[in-house]
Amino acid sequence: MSNDVQQPSIGPLGEAADIRTTRNEVAIEIVGLNKWFGAFHVLRDVSLQVMRGERIVVCGPSGGGKSTLLRCINRIESWQRGRVIVDGVELTDDLKKIDEIRREVGMVFQHFNLFPHLTVLENCMLAPVWVRRMPKKEAEAIARHNLERVRIPEQASKYPAQLSGGQQQRVAIARALCMQPKIMLFDEPTSALDPEMVREVLDTMVALALDGMTMVVVSHEMGFARQAATRMILMDAGQIIEVNEPEAFFSNPQHERTKLFLSQILH
Amino acid sequence: MTTTAPSGFVRDEMIAPAEPPHVRASMLGWIGERLFNSFGNATLTVLGIVGLAALAWPTLRFLLLDAVWRGTERTDCLAETVGHDVGACWPFIWAKFDQLMYGFYPASERWRPNLVYGFGALLLAPLLVPRVPHKTLNAVLFFGVFPLVAGVLLVGGVFGLPEVETRLWGGLLVTLVISFTGIVGSLPLGILLALGRRSDLPVVRSASVVFIEFWRGVPLITVLFFATYMLPLFLPGNWKIDGLLRVLIGVILFSAAYLAEVVRAGLQAIPRGQFEGAMALGLGYWRMMGLIILPQALRLVIPGLVNSFIALFKDTTLVLIVAIFDLLGQLRASFSDPNWATPATLFTGFAFAGIIYFVVSFAMSRYAMFTEQRLRAR
Repeated sequence: MSNDVQQPSIGPLGEAADIRTTRNEVAIEIVGLNKWFGAFHVLRDVSLQVMRGERIVVCGPSGGGKSTLLRCINRIESWQRGRVIVDGVELTDDLKKIDEIRREVGMVFQHFNLFPHLTVLENCMLAPVWVRRMPKKEAEAIARHNLERVRIPEQASKYPAQLSGGQQQRVAIARALCMQPKIMLFDEPTSALDPEMVREVLDTMVALALDGMTMVVVSHEMGFARQAATRMILMDAGQIIEVNEPEAFFSNPQHERTKLFLSQILH
Repeated sequence: MTTTAPSGFVRDEMIAPAEPPHVRASMLGWIGERLFNSFGNATLTVLGIVGLAALAWPTLRFLLLDAVWRGTERTDCLAETVGHDVGACWPFIWAKFDQLMYGFYPASERWRPNLVYGFGALLLAPLLVPRVPHKTLNAVLFFGVFPLVAGVLLVGGVFGLPEVETRLWGGLLVTLVISFTGIVGSLPLGILLALGRRSDLPVVRSASVVFIEFWRGVPLITVLFFATYMLPLFLPGNWKIDGLLRVLIGVILFSAAYLAEVVRAGLQAIPRGQFEGAMALGLGYWRMMGLIILPQALRLVIPGLVNSFIALFKDTTLVLIVAIFDLLGQLRASFSDPNWATPATLFTGFAFAGIIYFVVSFAMSRYAMFTEQRLRAR
């Protein structure tokens, strides 16, 4: 029995698989990454390839090295051995290359890291004006567009302290988007939020995924992972334990650690 | 039929917000509640009032009630002439006023320091008021253009202005010149040193540490003395630096070391996340510091900075050791004038200087508090 009719494959969000396959470029390549914090071996021989348009969700127990790995991608953390190549550019000590990559890689942090002395709009306009040297009018237009994209355009002249946690995180996402990055990194974006606000941020991230953004997300939100991820990775003790498509990952975990982890969290 | 358990509760009408209980807002109410609400507090209040009166009354009597306001020579300030115990001898101040303000700056050229004061006030006032726009232009004019113009006007020698040697300058003019130059010159240098001390580059870091520890380790008097008397011995023969300029440089370097540590405390208080957020956006080191970190750090340490500025303003009096006559130096020189030798002269002179120092220091301190409140209101 062969069902050789070629059906167009559908991704988890309902988008056509074309989005994935036409962009067969390597966005991030990590080869044999090793990092020590003093004597502590925090990343052990990590190798990973992320294609353009992929959405990777990295999960695992605390202290497993997930955030550290993420922060290596834009060289906020450095490493002692191994290579990280982002968008074809290898990250080393070369400051120019690092800044070049950081322009193309946006990052959203667990604690938002918004600049408290600037308004929401100024937060978003800062990087385009000072890094991409955009004229202020153009930067403002882009900022307002992205604030609308995250559905808080009316908060533009407020200060971050006046917003709720969910709104602040959405501003952080908008701020990263204003640089028009090719890759977005999310470091536990909803872990510091009240439960009522987690939904609004996850919806924003799903919308981003629908737009075809390459995303690497460290998160414990398994609902989001099921909905939007193209690959799930479990990390523990600084190593990649298991990689699989979300359905297979959740329904049929192979490694002991994965089984243990999944049994401990609600999904 | 209800499905709620006997121990359950379901609200049917929301409670609208109401006014808080009425608080007595009158002055008497405040006094009653805060100062006299218990026997102990009442006693302390009474003792406090008595103590204040005991201090304030003689001061008021000396400065205002028993003071002599008009006169031309010392006898006008003596008890025999006036008929009662004399307080402050203000005619002494009126007579010495020009010297106290300008030192020995030639009378015909006094319009130049006056012009400088005028320009300074004209540029400073809009800078201090938050609502006035064009702050960047204002700052550039005040911190960049004004010092140059002031320098040219005060020193002269160009544009047809007769030169006035700095050793003729004195009084409040010298105090303000040294304070202003010290403050404006040492803050940028202090910030650079603070950044240098936190740098990852070993050479920059060591150089900053050595600079800071050295200049904090020596007293200001030694610095002034060394700069004025020893430095010329080290310089090649015919290279002479003006005496006041040497003092200014010494004060700037000295003050910068202290400010560096104050600023460094502010930098340490900024959470790592701010640095990471800026780095993740691709901002280079200087943009990150200038746009994100320093604005926040400097706001945090306004109390420490203003503390240093006020101390610097009063430390200017040490220049007497190198024969430069600031306000206090000029005052003490005036004391030796036999025409005005009365019992009240010394007290009057120091009271006058004290009032000036207090007014300026208090103004700086209050403005800093105002700035802090405004920045916190966000």
